[in-house]
Amino acid sequence: MSVGTIAVTPSRSVSPKHVGIAGIVFAAIAWVITIPPIEARSMVPTIVLAVFAVAAGAWSIAGGERKIGSEAIVVALFAVAGAAASVNSATATLESVFTWSALVAATLRYATPLVFAALGGVISESSGVINIGLEGMMLMGCFWGIYGADLLGSWVWGLVVAMLAGGLLALVHAFFSINLRANQIVSGTGINFLALGITGYFLEYHYGPNGTPLNISQVPNVKIPGIQHVGFFGAAFGSANLMTWIGIALVPALTFYLFRTRAGLRLRAVGEKPRAADTVGLSVVRIRYWAVIASGAFAALGGAYLSVGFVGSFSNNMTNGRGFIALAAMIFGKWRPWGALWACLLFGFGNAMSDRVSSVNPTLGTLFEALPYVLTLVAVAGLVGRSRPPAADGIPYVRE
Amino acid sequence: MSLLEEELQAEADESQGAAATSPAALTAFRRGASGVIVPIITAVIAFIAGGLIVLATGHNPLTTYQSIFNGTGLNWLFPWVTGSERATAATNLQQTLLNATPLILVGLAVAFAFRAGMFNIGGQGQYTVGGIVAVWVGSSFNGMPSVLHILFAIVAAAAAGGAWAGIAGVLKATTGANEVISTIMLNWIAIWVGVYCFQLGGPLHNPHMASTPVSNSVVGGAKLPVFWGSAQLQGLDVGIFISLALAVVFGLLIKRTRLGYEARTVGFNPDAASYAGVNVGRTWIRVMLICGAFAGVAASLDILGWKFDLFTNDIQVSQIGFYGIAVALLGRNTASGTVAAAVLFGALLTGTSNRNINLSIDPTLVQYLTFMIEGMIILLVSTDVITLRLLKGGRQLRIALKRKPAEKAPASQDGAS
Repeated sequence: MSVGTIAVTPSRSVSPKHVGIAGIVFAAIAWVITIPPIEARSMVPTIVLAVFAVAAGAWSIAGGERKIGSEAIVVALFAVAGAAASVNSATATLESVFTWSALVAATLRYATPLVFAALGGVISESSGVINIGLEGMMLMGCFWGIYGADLLGSWVWGLVVAMLAGGLLALVHAFFSINLRANQIVSGTGINFLALGITGYFLEYHYGPNGTPLNISQVPNVKIPGIQHVGFFGAAFGSANLMTWIGIALVPALTFYLFRTRAGLRLRAVGEKPRAADTVGLSVVRIRYWAVIASGAFAALGGAYLSVGFVGSFSNNMTNGRGFIALAAMIFGKWRPWGALWACLLFGFGNAMSDRVSSVNPTLGTLFEALPYVLTLVAVAGLVGRSRPPAADGIPYVRE
Repeated sequence: MSLLEEELQAEADESQGAAATSPAALTAFRRGASGVIVPIITAVIAFIAGGLIVLATGHNPLTTYQSIFNGTGLNWLFPWVTGSERATAATNLQQTLLNATPLILVGLAVAFAFRAGMFNIGGQGQYTVGGIVAVWVGSSFNGMPSVLHILFAIVAAAAAGGAWAGIAGVLKATTGANEVISTIMLNWIAIWVGVYCFQLGGPLHNPHMASTPVSNSVVGGAKLPVFWGSAQLQGLDVGIFISLALAVVFGLLIKRTRLGYEARTVGFNPDAASYAGVNVGRTWIRVMLICGAFAGVAASLDILGWKFDLFTNDIQVSQIGFYGIAVALLGRNTASGTVAAAVLFGALLTGTSNRNINLSIDPTLVQYLTFMIEGMIILLVSTDVITLRLLKGGRQLRIALKRKPAEKAPASQDGAS
């Protein structure tokens, strides 16, 4: 960049980037005004706003911000489609779908297991080990959590046993990926099969055809005294599960750990430049081992939320692909805890929406189920910004 | 792979002094080690480990495995099995081969991508869209000439599967999107699209089934002819031959065509391939298109061969894409290996299905034991180190045993080389 460019940039009052962002905001507003509480019953304001958004996007692209500009245009197109759908449906329908307090509560419920597993993924992959076995580790937590809670009589022990089981399976993954220098994606796939087999086998072995017992100790919901009966907040946050709050609290904690503590910096160093880390005396093998085991324990907590936290029982393959969604959330969130949280909330919102749409129009609700995956596909295709994995992610370290 | 070479090289160096190994013998040993011995050892270890779990939970692993084996129908191959036992075995073997038919193709869909350095987890989604299209074509166009109708359905399913996989290929080539994530996402999208199509009130739902979410049934003319067993009782249809023929095509494609050569070059090292003038992005796209086509054909053979209609539940619980990964890995991404591994997995699926297990052990336990064995097989094939160590150990033992009688001879020279 030449000196001239630097001198010119501050003198321009509006940068193409800011115009592009304004375009995205306009596009979002174009849709939001057609849903409760505003509920505009005409397409005119939406179309006006969307035209502004497209113009802003085009201007932004012309100014060199191709990515943000094209995002503004894409969001505007989605907004017009969404607005057309809301304007053409009855007010009563709209209000039953967009019951915001219920939507928020359901979003949190769906996002919680994903948050734990996605954070686990962040830990493992920051240290340089791809963990596609999150699904299997979740499933282990799911079953052994119930087993522990049943055997030892308390959900606390359930969670402890779940973490141990997830950590143990992660240990297998660590051994294959770190010591045996296995292809980590293949090893992770094997882990998933193994977990499906182990949990199914021991469910049948311990509980037989009747399934898990009914009176399992469950993780309690947190009743917040102040806001429990305060309208929207009461319904949305007043009685969320304890694990939801733990999951959310883990996000800043993990961010602090990874970016502000010595141990966290070391972990990331091993994931980015293992040779350099080894040269300064860090044990790449040991750090990666702990990271993978921790990721298994985190994922298992996510699985345990499903069984011990929410449902109170276990059924075969209960996680049903949530580990893969958490993996996608981690990538969508650019391998960062906060990013992963937002992505999980987005996926949770997609699920919550499809539930509510299903109650009005079951056919359409099914298509909504696919929406989070389409968004992820768009995200990994780079529309939301090229995300970069840790430099040594997936590469076994061989000491020279 | 380089690790394998390394180990074998080390082994070759070691044995040089001991036995006068000719280069040809060494090459033969390498082929054998990577092609046949390692997968067999892998499977044996997994079965033993699975047997230990059965033993630890208080059952007899030998009778369990025997009952699985008899359930696969492979005992039909023994001439001493006669009478009603033989008839049952024939029915079971037909099921095993019916299971193997799509597994071969889904395995090839994974294997071809592997050869080009990609991991196609999307076999499931490609199979699903192939199935949707096959059942639509097969249940429409009533009155079309039979052969034409069948070909049309298979080609349409191949095109659909190819297009679905092509999305991942194009994204990888143009934006660098990781194919592992994009194919996982495409799997889920395919499943929900399938559920949307056939659910109650869905666009392709069978209007005569008011309360069952299912597609229309494939018309008689589009059904594949059954050549072994009864057509009414799910006998073996000609789909297996189409599958085997495509495995041969796969072998030729990899070894004898320019695309196969380019794919292997890209798989070995994309940068070097690009430097050598191979269009890497285009190769990725073409490989994915072909992978998806294989998976699409797999679905069409299931639909036209014995399923005839598609329930939304089938779409949601199917695990075939993941079996395909195991098949390809155990088959070492070769045509013949994939066929053999597909038969093994097809046999396991048949042998552990509910109706085939005698009551010495709970059938549900056996089904989940299969998952564990599969998991262990995949884990073991993810690294060559364990099996090679065993192989090497065995070989050293053999060499040592051979040398025993002639101990006095030039043993001291061995260490030098």
